[in-house]
Amino acid sequence: MLENYLPVLVFTGLALIMSLIPMALGLALGPRHRDEAKDSPYECGFEAFEDSRMQFDVRYYLVAILFIIFDLEIAFLFPWAVAIRELGLAGFLSMALFLVILTVGFIYEWGKGALDWD
Amino acid sequence: MIDWWQSLVAPFPPLLLTMAYMLVFILVLFACVAYATLAERRVLGFMQVRLGPNRVGPRGLGQPIADALKLMFKEMILPHDADRFLFRTAPLLSMAPAIAAWAVIPFSEHLNFADINAGLLYILAMTSLGVYGVIVAGWASNSKYALLGSLRSAAQIVAYEIAMGFALVGVLMASGSLNLGDIVMEQQGSIFNWYWLPLFPLFLTYLIAGIAETNRAPFDVVEGESEIVAGFHVEYSGMGFAMFFLAEYANIILISALTALLFLGGWLSPLEGIVPASVFHLPVIGALLGSGAHWFVAKTCFFIFCFLWFRATFPRYRYDQIMRLGWKVLLPVTLVWIVVEGVFLYLQLPPWFD
Repeated sequence: MLENYLPVLVFTGLALIMSLIPMALGLALGPRHRDEAKDSPYECGFEAFEDSRMQFDVRYYLVAILFIIFDLEIAFLFPWAVAIRELGLAGFLSMALFLVILTVGFIYEWGKGALDWD
Repeated sequence: MIDWWQSLVAPFPPLLLTMAYMLVFILVLFACVAYATLAERRVLGFMQVRLGPNRVGPRGLGQPIADALKLMFKEMILPHDADRFLFRTAPLLSMAPAIAAWAVIPFSEHLNFADINAGLLYILAMTSLGVYGVIVAGWASNSKYALLGSLRSAAQIVAYEIAMGFALVGVLMASGSLNLGDIVMEQQGSIFNWYWLPLFPLFLTYLIAGIAETNRAPFDVVEGESEIVAGFHVEYSGMGFAMFFLAEYANIILISALTALLFLGGWLSPLEGIVPASVFHLPVIGALLGSGAHWFVAKTCFFIFCFLWFRATFPRYRYDQIMRLGWKVLLPVTLVWIVVEGVFLYLQLPPWFD
């Protein structure tokens, strides 16, 4: 059973190595001429001002948090979805209850404007 | 033919042999990715009534090789104040998962590298990893454009991953298995048994979410040239830039292959159930018309073409429109459809229960 996963591991390793090779080739073959202007961060020709790791909109955090909630829900739904044919009424109703609770939260988010970008 | 091949490779240990096959496959995949860039430029060219690149080699077929060689010999600029290690790692983080996901993709019933039960979970894990490449690139570049581009991209990918995940849950309910081969075999019958018809809203959701996940037009605000230049890879040059470029096309091919597997019956022949079964036993025509890896490749190519087609056709969405589509349209649609499907499955009604 577990030996089925060995090819996956080997393949992942090979994928990593094969994407490492072009990068290594590029580093080895390309020239390197340091230059103050060339190495400075791109800002439309201006001298870069302020730190570029600046403050950004809090809504990106909000999206990330919403993502965690829904992604966990998906992870929770996966095993249920596979086994739904064998679960019967109890399995169906408990997941329906879970979805109802989640939908209430979703409607609340929507009403609060957490999903609006403007 | 097969016997001859097996006698030839018999003396080598099986693991070494598997690794050799994988290596060849990955090289072929790289070639496909490189030629996908050419395909895009040619298709876009013809759709805009121009020729596209046609100078290097016959019909421009040497163009990807020339591009790769040129980029290989270009300087890889490392901006000062950039995080040296993360800056170099980011292209790998976006390229490697797009290739690694192919480990579990079945080309036909017995043609795959790993036939694992958690195939779809592995795919979901690998496609989710791609977002790290974008975030790390944007943060490590120490550039405002790069940071803004990566934040936009991360929020967008994350939003559409939800819709994508829910679409996958619908497929799982219909097939009752996480194994990609089993999912295809569950669609057997005829073209109307493939999940694109019984799961039509989920099929559309998956396709749209796939386009948004790969940051392709019309959802390409990430690299919206008119506002943030090139987005997260603005500071990359030479091979670093090429890797991000190739990773985008590798992801397109992967999403196309997955759409073909999950909703369009993978390697199954569309003629099944339409022409009489005796046709499939004819010597050459039967093999051509019957199920096989060539159908899977053809369906994948069709979706790749769709990606290019959409880019030529649709104007770019605004960022708030993208977020609205993801959260307020696709997510409710998939939620409703999962409930509908659950009720049908519980009551054991067709088309999902048979």
